[in-house]
Amino acid sequence: MGAKAAENGAKSSSSAPSPPPLKAFFRLKTKQQELLIRVASLALIYVLAFAVRLFSVLRYESMIHEFDPYFNYRTTLFLTRNGFYEFWNWFDSESWYPLGRIIGGTLYPGLMVTAALIYRLLRFLTFAVHIREVCVLTAPFFASNTTIVAYFFGKEIWDSGAGLVAAALIAICPGYISRSVAGSYDNEGVAIFALLFTFYLFVKAVNTGSLAWALASAFGYFYMVSAWGGYVFIINLIPLYVLVLLVTGRYSMRLYVAYNCMYILGMLLAMQIRFVGFQHVQSGEHMAAMGVFFLLQVFYFLDWVKYMLNDKQLFQSFLRITLTFAISVGALALGIGTASGYISPWTGRFYSLLDPTYAKDHIPIIASVSEHQPTAWSSFMFDFHILLFLFPAGLYFCFKRLSDATIFIVMYGLTSMYFAGVMVRLILVAAPAVCLISAIAISATVKNLTSLIRTKGKAPLAVSGKGSSSLKASAKASADQSLPFQHNCAIALLVGAFYLLSRYAIHCTWVTSEAYSSPSIVLAARGAHGGRVIFDDYREAYYWLRQNTPADAKVMSWWDYGYQITAMGNRTVIVDNNTWNNTHIATVGRAMSSYEPEAYEIMQSLDVDYVLVVFGGLTGYSSDDINKFLWMVRIGGGVFPVIKEPDYLVNGEYRVDKGAAPKMLNCLMYKLAYYRFGEMTTEYGKPTGYDRARGVEIGNKDIKLEYLEEAFTTSNWIIRIYKVKPPKNRW
Amino acid sequence: MAKSSSSDAQALIRSLRSAYAATPTNLKIIDLYVVYAITTAVIQIVYMGIVGSFPFNSFLSGILSCVGTAVLAVCLRIQVNKENKEFKDLSPERAFADFVLCNLVLHLVIMNFLG
Repeated sequence: MGAKAAENGAKSSSSAPSPPPLKAFFRLKTKQQELLIRVASLALIYVLAFAVRLFSVLRYESMIHEFDPYFNYRTTLFLTRNGFYEFWNWFDSESWYPLGRIIGGTLYPGLMVTAALIYRLLRFLTFAVHIREVCVLTAPFFASNTTIVAYFFGKEIWDSGAGLVAAALIAICPGYISRSVAGSYDNEGVAIFALLFTFYLFVKAVNTGSLAWALASAFGYFYMVSAWGGYVFIINLIPLYVLVLLVTGRYSMRLYVAYNCMYILGMLLAMQIRFVGFQHVQSGEHMAAMGVFFLLQVFYFLDWVKYMLNDKQLFQSFLRITLTFAISVGALALGIGTASGYISPWTGRFYSLLDPTYAKDHIPIIASVSEHQPTAWSSFMFDFHILLFLFPAGLYFCFKRLSDATIFIVMYGLTSMYFAGVMVRLILVAAPAVCLISAIAISATVKNLTSLIRTKGKAPLAVSGKGSSSLKASAKASADQSLPFQHNCAIALLVGAFYLLSRYAIHCTWVTSEAYSSPSIVLAARGAHGGRVIFDDYREAYYWLRQNTPADAKVMSWWDYGYQITAMGNRTVIVDNNTWNNTHIATVGRAMSSYEPEAYEIMQSLDVDYVLVVFGGLTGYSSDDINKFLWMVRIGGGVFPVIKEPDYLVNGEYRVDKGAAPKMLNCLMYKLAYYRFGEMTTEYGKPTGYDRARGVEIGNKDIKLEYLEEAFTTSNWIIRIYKVKPPKNRW
Repeated sequence: MAKSSSSDAQALIRSLRSAYAATPTNLKIIDLYVVYAITTAVIQIVYMGIVGSFPFNSFLSGILSCVGTAVLAVCLRIQVNKENKEFKDLSPERAFADFVLCNLVLHLVIMNFLG
């Protein structure tokens, strides 16, 4: 036995020496080759999506960017140190002094829980990482996962070729990169993955009609609700899609199974998040889903009765009775609910999507956020490049081959493009739809072109091989001969298509490198000799606060910097980026825009110990508090009519030089920003006190502070901290 | 007018009843279960009307568990019904297993939400 086996073994090993890998590749069957190519490209796309987001980590260091991510980082830190129960029931007294903030009930926990789980897993595998590294790299990791989901989604809608192109496009699309770069530890990084995943699972459920897929989409929806407030888009798009299918007559039993299971289970799961609470049954933004739910019940019940009766006459009368009953009950319920105020109307942020002028007039705090402004054409071109004109082409292909899945992607694309036009931030939501639809256009076009090239090559072979026996072959040959340049045309078009795609890749890399990889907390500029100069003033100031002030000191600043002060400075702040209490913010705005004595009274009432302002006059940094000052005036004036915006303007113009309004020259913000600045020479050939950010010489150079004293100014004067003096002795 | 509408209604009810009698027994059992779930929901709503809706999460979880099981039972009926051409290659065991899984998730969430 043993000898025979050894003999066989020797034979087989001598007969077939192992071929080199390339030859082994060509020995595989076509299907296996295709699978290998697909898997290899997906793996490369996965790595690419991760790698392209690492510019800022390589150029600066691995740190958290911007403002909001610092809050997320602080809460994740708390979660990993104190466990989930403490996190879920956390009341934070270090922000919004003296009100405090119920953090457990006012945040979306998905991002923090995800990062904490990844951290636990890595620790379990004995990788000793710091939670900050995990937080910095969470967004690129989920961007890579999004490309995989995009591949499967594209495969579901069109075919696997479109899926591959979609994955490649979304890996480098600047609209998505802008919010998911390494260090941008924000809800959107995880939420876009959850959004696409939920949509994919739902489309799969509608296509297969299986309860298991619908359950999976309910869980996907739960993850989305836990991750981002933009889940309202899902809970309105899916009922709209169901309605469109009903109206166009494409309804089927699969739709009923998919939507009902997803709605009921998704709604129940979503209500477990405390921040969402009972909104699914009480808020006007979620009523569309409930309305469609009841409509579906009525619709399918009528369909069932019609099937059972088999008699048109009787069914008509039954239809009449039931419809009038159902519509009247529905209208009555809706009317009572809205009129009595039980169903709350569309609020604030979401209402300003339907009526873009609403926020400017009524809610200045929403209007002041730069990401909420309407989008300019240049932003679209910057963020989408060639996808912008491939989008209508893809829509054309989708309409040519309508199915349940393509109707969904068309609706997703159109609604998200409308919202992207209303608010710059929502280009992010439109990015996956645009990538998918453009991928359909690219894939279909390239397929047509390559099939043209292939048939031209095959037809002569067929004629020569089979002689003239097949009429079809001869007809084809004659048809091909009638368009002699078809082959060359197709090749030229293919070359053009690949050129466009390569330009897209170059543009995306350039955009990522230049525009979307700055940490915002560390600034860089070119020095006189071309070397790089780094301004690390923010962290310098926060660490000064951390090390040189008493532990219970309270810091007043504009709400932009609140999260960073609590996270890095570890001190109590008065207002922060959560902006949940407009009156509190207006109080701070009023203090900043009043004369010093009144401001001192307000600061006494709030127990303020330190005031922090951001000033860009020495460096030319233009996102400082003087440029944001008018928003402080507007928000303060919105609650306290004693602050009037025209008092600070001269002929409607905002000035800080000698011709500025007297109230402007003596308000607290002006004094704190320009204290001692009148003695500084900032540029060669300009007078002292030349403000480089505004480009003028300041008006009030001799500033004296009565109730505050300067505590710290950073090395480039970007952050200035003042200590509030205690009240003077009576005698 | 009234006579014709009432005779209409009678004819309607008669034909509905005869058509329904022809459905197989397993589907009738599922229909009975759906009616039971909806009745329980109606009883809960009437009770809420009498007593008030505090605590709201308990009320919601009670109502939604009834509505949820009713809806899932209807989905099961759709998938098991032999006359539905779309589901002819779905085995009834798989349909029932999905039904049980979804009900399990539903009731676990209800238990968490009950408060």
